[in-house]
Amino acid sequence: MLGLYLHRDSPVHAAPAGAKLGGLLLVAVLLLALPGWGPLAVAGLLGVGLLSAARLPAGPVLRQMRPVLVILLLFFSAQALLGGVDWREGLMAAGRFGVLVWLATLVTLTTRVSDMVELFERLFAVLRPVGVNPEKAALLLALTIRLIPMVGEQLSDIRMAQRARGVERHILSLFVPLLVKVLSMADDLAAALEARGYDAAEPRTPPSENERA
Amino acid sequence: MLSTKDLVLSALFAAIVAALGLLPPIPLGFLPVPITAQTLGVMLAGALLGPKRAAVAMAVFVLLVAAGLPLLSGGRGGIGVIMGPTGGFLLSWPLAAAVVGFLTDRFDGAGRPLLLFAACVLGGIGVVYGVGIPWLALVAGMDPMKAATGTMAFLPGDVIKAGVAAFVAAGVRRAHPTLLARG
Repeated sequence: MLGLYLHRDSPVHAAPAGAKLGGLLLVAVLLLALPGWGPLAVAGLLGVGLLSAARLPAGPVLRQMRPVLVILLLFFSAQALLGGVDWREGLMAAGRFGVLVWLATLVTLTTRVSDMVELFERLFAVLRPVGVNPEKAALLLALTIRLIPMVGEQLSDIRMAQRARGVERHILSLFVPLLVKVLSMADDLAAALEARGYDAAEPRTPPSENERA
Repeated sequence: MLSTKDLVLSALFAAIVAALGLLPPIPLGFLPVPITAQTLGVMLAGALLGPKRAAVAMAVFVLLVAAGLPLLSGGRGGIGVIMGPTGGFLLSWPLAAAVVGFLTDRFDGAGRPLLLFAACVLGGIGVVYGVGIPWLALVAGMDPMKAATGTMAFLPGDVIKAGVAAFVAAGVRRAHPTLLARG
């Protein structure tokens, strides 16, 4: 399944997903803890540096950021015009989050969805004490990724059938058949999983290194 | 403890919300803001699955967006969206779906559209705005009242969505009384 990932041969792409996500969190915490223009400028330079290190053109990053930029700009100008808060403070708040969103977008564009999902699966294991079952969580993510195109197909089938009958954009006549179709898939899917030996009460052990290779 | 059927239903509803992101936003003549169908999916998940499975479904969806799948309306996704000004609205979805589900179960709203509507409004609008607006105010460094005022442009569309969700959920519950039984 295609994600937002853009492949390049670069050290940023090669860096492990955990390091990138951890670094992003660290920068976010530091930026929020240390107000002022200095840290903001450093983070901005980091963002520009990482973009060129990742050999990515600025276009795709900006495209992902566009809605965010529009909102930040709107609020900033509203604040500057209406007064209330000092405009420099508004600019700093907007700048801080602009930089964070920029860095987060870079993480997304340079990390494969599969690597990110794998990282989540490792994080689920840490959450076991609070009641998260890592095997089930991992299965859920994989199952959902597989089901998205299936449900999308059902959706477009229903819309096509409706268009053929002259019904355009009728939201009720879209949802009822979609849900009835999808819900009747649920029993088959659960049966198929169990037929392949999946037991919710006793999830399978992870494959050994040999099996995985 | 989630059974196999619970897992499958959660995955299916996460996939439904994702697929709804592919629908072009529906413009309503009398509203300035087109409505997207994705939050309708959040309300439906709550009204049909109950609190636990609905929360799991929406958590899976949020995780997949964070992982970099372009599942949000307009092909957006990634951690940047979550950290951005509207991130709170997305992050609230698991809680919102859980509240819709809890209220539906608690007041036995299964076949009663009015009750379902109230549950969808409280969870699908109340919780989503309750998390999203303070987040927006924080990220954009703006006055919470102004953030709330700006968000009100979406309120009429969201109320319509709650109505549609209640109507659809009541219909589906009637059509499949046993399908969604706790397994």
